[in-house]
Amino acid sequence: MKKLITTAIALMSAGLLVAACSAGDSNMSAGDSNMSKSTGENGISDNPDAWSGYQTAREGVRAMNDDDFENPVMPYVDLAANIYDSRDNKGNISCADCHGAPEDETGGRSGIPMKGVGASYPRFNADTGKPINVELQINKCREERQVEKGFKYESDEMLGMTALVNYQSRGMPVVSTAANPDDELHSAWQTGKDFYYQRRGQLDMGCNNCHEDNAENIIRAETLSQGQSNGFPTYRFKWQKPGSLHRRFRGCNKNIRAANFNYGSDEYLNLETYLAWRGRGLPVEAPAVRK
Amino acid sequence: MKNKKLLAKLSAAAFGVAVAGAISFGAQAEEMVSFEIVDETIPQSLTGKAGDPVAGRKTAINRKKGNCLACHVMPIPEQQFHGLIGPTLDDTGDRFTEAELRMRMVDSKVFDESTMMPSFYKTGQHMVLKKFVGKTILSAQEVEDVVAYLMTLK
Ligand code: HEC
Ligand code: HEC
Repeated sequence: MKKLITTAIALMSAGLLVAACSAGDSNMSAGDSNMSKSTGENGISDNPDAWSGYQTAREGVRAMNDDDFENPVMPYVDLAANIYDSRDNKGNISCADCHGAPEDETGGRSGIPMKGVGASYPRFNADTGKPINVELQINKCREERQVEKGFKYESDEMLGMTALVNYQSRGMPVVSTAANPDDELHSAWQTGKDFYYQRRGQLDMGCNNCHEDNAENIIRAETLSQGQSNGFPTYRFKWQKPGSLHRRFRGCNKNIRAANFNYGSDEYLNLETYLAWRGRGLPVEAPAVRK
Repeated sequence: MKNKKLLAKLSAAAFGVAVAGAISFGAQAEEMVSFEIVDETIPQSLTGKAGDPVAGRKTAINRKKGNCLACHVMPIPEQQFHGLIGPTLDDTGDRFTEAELRMRMVDSKVFDESTMMPSFYKTGQHMVLKKFVGKTILSAQEVEDVVAYLMTLK
């Protein structure tokens, strides 16, 4: 674990050196200040009690999760890999032109590698003063560098691209220091945490009722997990396709008959910030497979 | 803002005596009936009528109604997958009075604020999905039916 974290930090700071193409210079520097206090005070060390939905998944589902040839998200990743290399946009520039190949640890011309991204988002976006997640960062690059409209949040292109990006961090521990009062994401973390524990909907439940108090318990035909975010985008049999974390939020909200928020909304970005912290230290499992 | 006030009023109303017919909620929504809580029980039938245990069993199974099996093991063998969140319900007729069960169905948070069990006859929860705003999970008669069914479990 320790060693992986150090590698992650090294890679993140490497991203700082050259920000030529960076759509997220500000994010990267924000990340760096977080990284320097990686463990220790204020509950920002890894969460030793965290475990993912992989643990409660059945054997067959796990097998699909573990085998890239069987993982049903991979066709989406392939689709995204083509887009990643394509200059077919008004900016006439590909993702690869800036970042190098997805697996390129030097991060190409920009020095910002895809490896490590999935393990360290959401970041703080100084332009908006809000968290930015991988989806919104992809669209930021798309709009600012490629001069194109962003992908629709739940489109095949976006699901594939987030899967491609997060896949590069597979096995790396999720890093979040947002609980630290000095952290730029702290107020988003706090708001997300309040959301997590706020009972809502006609059934009057908070996320904690299912995912904290009853993790590992059985609710009808489902075995509850801790509801961690480290596997997203995740393929679900119920959806018959991959879905984003925000889609999952909407599903859980709907089940308790609570009002939904939009994909990419501030509410869900804050919640995502809290969940990343809650699962800090878990290995990135994206793209995961679940029942 | 206005909305918030209204919600606060409604949730306040669920404790003590509910305000009958204060507001109506669209065509199929039924107005909440008034009831009286006495020492953490509701002695009187919400509808003045006896419950139907056969209908109550169906309501308990129905995922869009009671959905009790999500959380409770019950003597309903034809249904697969009973949840383990709450206690097994197989002798509720021995262990509780009708008045106690009615209170539990209406609002089990009266006993324990932190319980996960939904309040089946209450409105005013936070951020309710639009189509359920101002509506209770079960109707007054459905509550009576489930109570009658639970009384048969001995
Ligand atoms: C009534 C119970 C219930 C509530 C309340 C609930 N969830 Fe869930 N959630 C589930 C079930 C069931 C699943 C699927 C099985 C599992 O992984 O727990 C799930 C899955 C998830 C997952 C996917 C985990 C994985 O490994 O794929 C996430 C993330 C999640 N929930 C987040 C939340 C958040 C955030 C909230 C509050 C806004 C919430 N849930 C509220 C029942 C609930
Ligand atoms: C989301 C979970 C959930 C659902 C759905 C649910 N319950 Fe419960 N129920 C609980 C829990 C948890 C308890 C444990 C006591 C407490 O926390 O109040 C409980 C307690 C009870 C008790 C008291 C049992 C005892 O031995 O103390 C009764 C009776 C009961 N439930 C009936 C029902 C009925 C009938 C339904 C459906 C109409 C239902 N419940 C739906 C979670 C649930």
